[in-house]
Amino acid sequence: MSNATIPSSPIASDEAFSAALRPWAPQGAFADLRKSGWERFRSLPMPRRLDEKWRFANTAEVTLDGFNLAAEPSAAARSRIAEKSHLVDDASARLVFADGHLVHATGISAELAAQGVIFEPLAEAVKRRPALLEKYLLKSGTNLGGDKFLALHQAYCESGYVLYVPEGVVIEKPFVIYNWSVAPDAAFFPHALVVAEANAKVSVVDFFMSDTATAQALAVSASDIHAAHGAGVFRKVVQNWNETVHSHQIDCTHAGSDAEVTTVAVNLGGKRARFESAVRIHGKAAKVNLYGLTVADNRQEFDQRTFQEHNAPGAFSDLLYKNALLDGARTIFSGMIRVAPDAQQTDAYQTNRNLLLSGDAEANSLPGLEIEANDVKCSHGATTAQLDESELFYFLARGIHRETAKELLVFGFFEEIIEKVDNDELAAVLRDFVHAKFRRRAAASA
Amino acid sequence: MSQALEITNLNVSIGERQILKNFTLSVPKGEVHAIMGPNGTGKSTLAKALAGHEDYAITSGSALLDGQEIIGQEPDAIARAGLFMAFQYPSEIPGVTIANFIRAALAARQPKGAPFDAKAYYAELYAKMDALKMDRKFTARSVNEGFSGGEKKRCEILQMMMLKPSYAVLDETDSGLDIDALRIVADGVNKMRGPDVGILVITHYQRLLDYIVPDKVHIMYDGRIVHSGDKTLALEMEKKGYDWVKEKYGVAGA
Repeated sequence: MSNATIPSSPIASDEAFSAALRPWAPQGAFADLRKSGWERFRSLPMPRRLDEKWRFANTAEVTLDGFNLAAEPSAAARSRIAEKSHLVDDASARLVFADGHLVHATGISAELAAQGVIFEPLAEAVKRRPALLEKYLLKSGTNLGGDKFLALHQAYCESGYVLYVPEGVVIEKPFVIYNWSVAPDAAFFPHALVVAEANAKVSVVDFFMSDTATAQALAVSASDIHAAHGAGVFRKVVQNWNETVHSHQIDCTHAGSDAEVTTVAVNLGGKRARFESAVRIHGKAAKVNLYGLTVADNRQEFDQRTFQEHNAPGAFSDLLYKNALLDGARTIFSGMIRVAPDAQQTDAYQTNRNLLLSGDAEANSLPGLEIEANDVKCSHGATTAQLDESELFYFLARGIHRETAKELLVFGFFEEIIEKVDNDELAAVLRDFVHAKFRRRAAASA
Repeated sequence: MSQALEITNLNVSIGERQILKNFTLSVPKGEVHAIMGPNGTGKSTLAKALAGHEDYAITSGSALLDGQEIIGQEPDAIARAGLFMAFQYPSEIPGVTIANFIRAALAARQPKGAPFDAKAYYAELYAKMDALKMDRKFTARSVNEGFSGGEKKRCEILQMMMLKPSYAVLDETDSGLDIDALRIVADGVNKMRGPDVGILVITHYQRLLDYIVPDKVHIMYDGRIVHSGDKTLALEMEKKGYDWVKEKYGVAGA
């Protein structure tokens, strides 16, 4: 669907929304969903400094001003972007978006299609799979404070993809989706809808990348992840925007009985990156692992809010978010584990480790537990520390230069998370991204 | 210029407390010397101070590595100058593999941007691991993380063999080792022995010196060498214990 004819009015204006919705009038239910999103967006206030769910965030910098829906990229830009989108090629299928517009699609094999697997751009699924979307698309929020942004996402939601894996279908290779920011001041709203039916297994890699180092953008992405009984969903999200992008990521995950859900979120880019992740366990003995790795430098702010909700007995969830902070960067980790009265024999853990590499950086941690069952194992913990002096000395005593030693120790700190992606191609990409971020710093300070 | 690790009148304090007192010792290249002494006499302080650890304040004295002063230098510069310290308690380094760690240490000794021959590197690494009876899978494991005491010490000796220092100080390398591990570690050290390296073995027990036979043995007490002899001194110490040392030399310090 082309937005080329839409005048570039600010995204928070009625004109912009009406123009964006117009082509979707024939899709009644979907258009209604978007309209209700818009109404909710209009009714909700922007976050304010004293909002508990935005505690420690620099709300003065949270803005929607100056961003417009971007026109479709030029043919040259499309082919350039498609060409750059080869980071994880051992894949089941690939979709590439630029400023929210589809620029490349490598579809699934005939074999997967014959098994009933669906992997489509959302804009296509809106027309072909209304029942599927009716059941799963944007049915829940995170309750973590980003309602206004999720509502805006709902209003403009037409980019992104739908991945549906029928019962018992096990897919080895990941589905890889690239979202690029290209034009200056572009606003776009990628969606990820992943449904794994009973005993299905699937993995996805979502890349968020910038074409240039300087073009500002607003990206408000959201995901709905549904893992049914015994299903396995392994999602890796690599956020590597340039450092001017305003980023909002809102993830809603649902795990059924015996489901196994793992997410690895790598956060490197953005000027302000808000990340909300709510995981709701509905079935007994589900197993959920949430890993995060963040490298914050300059004046970047990473604002992470998580929710592990246990509504069923005998389930396991473990969260480990590791942040490294340089310069005057800030991170906020606010995590909550909630165990419902019936969710006995819950094992739930939450750990936030911050590595402070600068005296000017600021790591904020707000771990939390709300336990209403009496037979559970839960723990939460947060640590903030500098590099360990005795570890550093061990490197020096081997003749390794101090700067190299620090770098190796920091990369070692990340390695625990990088190894979790369990994909050599992706792990190499992540190491490259992290190293590149440090090299850029070294070059900038030289 | 003397080919030796030449330590002269070294005075070292931790906080207010003076630990090394005019410590003087020369380990010529090509020889293996052992320092024995009771606990708390400053043996580990000597090792750490020589390696340039910032917690140990060197108030005066000199330590020359083939004539080059290392006192006052940064720890990494001292290591690159040719001094290797095998730690009594090696640090665990999560997320950094042994292969990458040793590679970084070797790279630090090369000119910037020098080519790296990965094939030759791994061939040498594997050969030395085989000699130390280390599973080759260890190359991919994080340095010392979750290692047993014996594995940690073998990892120290592996690093020493790969870095080929001109002088090595082994700080209580025998502590925490069973007899099999002790033999393997000693075997590694013996393979290193030769005209190009001087080795200083620090130990509390004579046991290690059954396997690494020293050219000279020094008794350390109260921050200095009080008595020196040949390898038979170690056996003598084993029989007599340290009490006579304390009686004879400990009047002022005890």
